[in-house]
Amino acid sequence: MKRTALIIAMGITATFLPLCAQQDPAQKQKSDSKPASQSSPPRQISRGERVFKQNCSRCHNVPQGFPPQISGTVARHMRVRASLSAADENALLHFLNP
Amino acid sequence: MAVVTSIVSACNAQRIPLISGGAGFITSTKGGNATYLPVIAPLLAAPLGDHLLVESRATILESFFPRGGGQPGYDHQHFAGLSFLQADIMASRHMTVVAGQFLTPFGTYNERLTPIWISNYEEAPLIFGLGTMSTASSVGGMLRGSAYSNEKANLAYVAYFSAASTNEQFNAQRAAGGQASVYLPESRLEIGYSFDRRLQDQRQNFNGMHLWWEPADSYFRLRSEYAHSPHAQGYWIEADYRFARFHGEDSILGGFEPAFRMQQTFRSRPDSQDGLPAADTQRADFAFNYHFPHEVRINTSYSREFSSVGNRNIWQTGLIYRFLIPTWRRK
Repeated sequence: MKRTALIIAMGITATFLPLCAQQDPAQKQKSDSKPASQSSPPRQISRGERVFKQNCSRCHNVPQGFPPQISGTVARHMRVRASLSAADENALLHFLNP
Repeated sequence: MAVVTSIVSACNAQRIPLISGGAGFITSTKGGNATYLPVIAPLLAAPLGDHLLVESRATILESFFPRGGGQPGYDHQHFAGLSFLQADIMASRHMTVVAGQFLTPFGTYNERLTPIWISNYEEAPLIFGLGTMSTASSVGGMLRGSAYSNEKANLAYVAYFSAASTNEQFNAQRAAGGQASVYLPESRLEIGYSFDRRLQDQRQNFNGMHLWWEPADSYFRLRSEYAHSPHAQGYWIEADYRFARFHGEDSILGGFEPAFRMQQTFRSRPDSQDGLPAADTQRADFAFNYHFPHEVRINTSYSREFSSVGNRNIWQTGLIYRFLIPTWRRK
């Protein structure tokens, strides 16, 4: 029983320690010494980038050296694999090959 | 008209059939017995027109394992088989019709994490056999898609029917089932429920739940699944973190990705077909993976398994290369 508890405790520690190590983006912004007038506005991500982050990159990394002529095939493959709508497929295609 | 034609031709120019997949060399040492697995898993995706996509993935491997019965040396076994061969028909904006042999959509591991170039571990979770009907592939039809999607929520669904097939390459059991999942983009949280029923021999219901969480602005991922059958149940929880926070994924430090997976299975009645351990089992998997440039990664893991039939250590390593190439070049 102690052994199980020890394994679970190690697992919880290993799981959530990286989260604690993350710096809160809000705190990071506060600690930034730049004047407000010099800070750039937050970047607006496109719908295609949002679709990519929410569906593709959750499981795998971006393939390196992505040939543009297969971007439509990749987007279609992801439409089936990640159950995307047609609009999301088009947005993803535009993100992969703007 | 000319604008429409140019848009269509531009889309077709981006839809050249591709060959992707992974090639690797995997070693596994369980209880002192080492197995060596050179493996290649090619994937073909070929769009045919505007509404049809044909996909297939195969696994070809050679397994080298110690001879049993006190004999010295190694024996080897060859395996080549299709994981899926399916035609995807884009029926509407929110529905895709899939026909052929496809990965059984139960839980998340089978469809999302079985490719060798994606998974953090070289071995599937202990509960992998529950709900995937032992073959992990179905032969029949499937409806799937996104019922509703916006910036706040994404509701996905899957429904399938599989016929019984004893063909060596298209082995499947008669079954039906489905899956529904909700993804909340703001909290980066996904919750899903899977159900299927075996419709042959010993008819059984399988239920499953999954929960994935990837906090925003973080390289941390938490994945988990629970599965239940009349004879057994179990769960796995996997967490991984990539050290890419400060210098990016392409840095030396950013290639490291430690992971931890906790698994437990509980047996209520004997069942030789579900693939789960015969006795209640606990297992802790510790992985330390590294992503090299040019789509090469090394997975290393140590597992400690506790069971009433005996404890054991499991060491596994994998050197994996992922490839992605167009079938031809078009100007």
